[in-house]
Amino acid sequence: MSRALHLLAPWALVATILVVWQAGCALSHVPVFLLPAPTDIGAALAVGWPALLKAALNTLVMSLEAWVVALLVATPLAMLTALSPLIERALAPIAATLQVTPIVAIAPLFVIWAGLDHPERAITVLAAIVAFFPIFSGAVTGLASADRDLERLFDLYGATRLQRLIRLRLPSAVPFWLEGAKVAVGLAIVGAVVAEFVAGSGGSQGLAWRILESSHQLRTADMFAALLVLAILGAAVNAGVRRLEQTLLKTWRGR
Amino acid sequence: MTALAALTEVEVDYAGRRALGPFTLALEPGEIVALVGPSGCGKSTALRLLAGLEEPTRGQVSRTPGRGETAVVFQAPTLMPWASAQANVALPLELAGVAGGEARARAASALERVGLGEAFRLKPAQLSGGMAMRVSLARALVTEPKLLLLDEPFAALDEISRRALADDVLALWQGAKPAIVFVTHNVEEAVYMAARVVVMSAGPGRIAGETPIDAPLPRPAGFRTTEAFRAAAEKVSADLDHGMAGAAANRRGAAA
Repeated sequence: MSRALHLLAPWALVATILVVWQAGCALSHVPVFLLPAPTDIGAALAVGWPALLKAALNTLVMSLEAWVVALLVATPLAMLTALSPLIERALAPIAATLQVTPIVAIAPLFVIWAGLDHPERAITVLAAIVAFFPIFSGAVTGLASADRDLERLFDLYGATRLQRLIRLRLPSAVPFWLEGAKVAVGLAIVGAVVAEFVAGSGGSQGLAWRILESSHQLRTADMFAALLVLAILGAAVNAGVRRLEQTLLKTWRGR
Repeated sequence: MTALAALTEVEVDYAGRRALGPFTLALEPGEIVALVGPSGCGKSTALRLLAGLEEPTRGQVSRTPGRGETAVVFQAPTLMPWASAQANVALPLELAGVAGGEARARAASALERVGLGEAFRLKPAQLSGGMAMRVSLARALVTEPKLLLLDEPFAALDEISRRALADDVLALWQGAKPAIVFVTHNVEEAVYMAARVVVMSAGPGRIAGETPIDAPLPRPAGFRTTEAFRAAAEKVSADLDHGMAGAAANRRGAAA
């Protein structure tokens, strides 16, 4: 009984909000460009879904590409810092500076570099920069997180630096790295959308562009429809990566 | 007999504060010594000095066992959570460059010796506390060390597992007869397992008393109920009280 209630609670809340929203729009006669009723949004979705799906797919591909690029760059860099404190020292200020620089501020630069005809390249790179940090810092933390007594054991048996990295530090880092990768995938989507806003051209046909376009034409219901698709996309990707993380963790620790 | 390892008048300071010493302990080959003392008396520090994992601030450490001939078992099993029991036990061999197949075979037979022949595939999260400790013990024994150092190895276990493991350690000791130094809080465990019980006083750690235990090793059945056991345990307890009173007096002296 209480379990069913727990499962139903979020749906019930959403349903209540929709009913109140719909009733409010009907009673107050708010213009549809200001606040469309849920039924208007539904209609926009029904008409526009093929284009929205295509845009969502574009956003998804750019985000996942960015995520993979971030994984491929951040992971070896983190390993290098584990091998040499000097490299860590050299990288730390650059990493910290890049991290606090707003993506919106550097986006125009990358749009120019990528060429105005290829905004999707700039978007991928920008989203990758955003996704880089959780993976990098997760891996660096993880590589330094090995059990101290296990470290002593490796001392005792005279392990070389490479043996220690491969047999102790890398496997110890896996849960932290996975956590970073999970956070990064959500950030990659946010980064891709923000970068697309800044790129602001029709050359990249992602969801952000759909939102911009609808906003310029005051098609507010279409904006809501695109936002809804974006939210679903984010939730689905997050759920997928969380699932993957749990499976990998299970394999890692055997249960 | 020459000593296998010895600490001579060693002192260890941490951040300018004396943690251990002056402390002297010589260890004969094949001897089992228990170090008993209150928390923070430097027992684990003494053990790390014997292992060569730490250098003394003053004094001398002499060790004859070479690399791979000293093994340590920590208070926690300290296993690699991502690796199977067999891979955990094989680690010291693989670090020493023993080929994979041979390392795995020797690890399997070490697991067999601690009664975990069936569990070689399991990962630490799938083992009970007692089983994990046995894996840790197998890992220590797999290199056939001359010196085995146990740092409160049974502290986290229940009484029944502790007793079973104590008997296992003594049975395993009978094979290659490594010298064993083990740290414990438990007077009964010290008297049961050791040929010599060294009691340490706290702050900084010094020797407060030494008690030889005159009974064959491994202990005969029912040893815990004998008069010799009771007398030795009483002597060790008295040393412990004495050491703690001394430490309290030291603290008062330092405060005044």
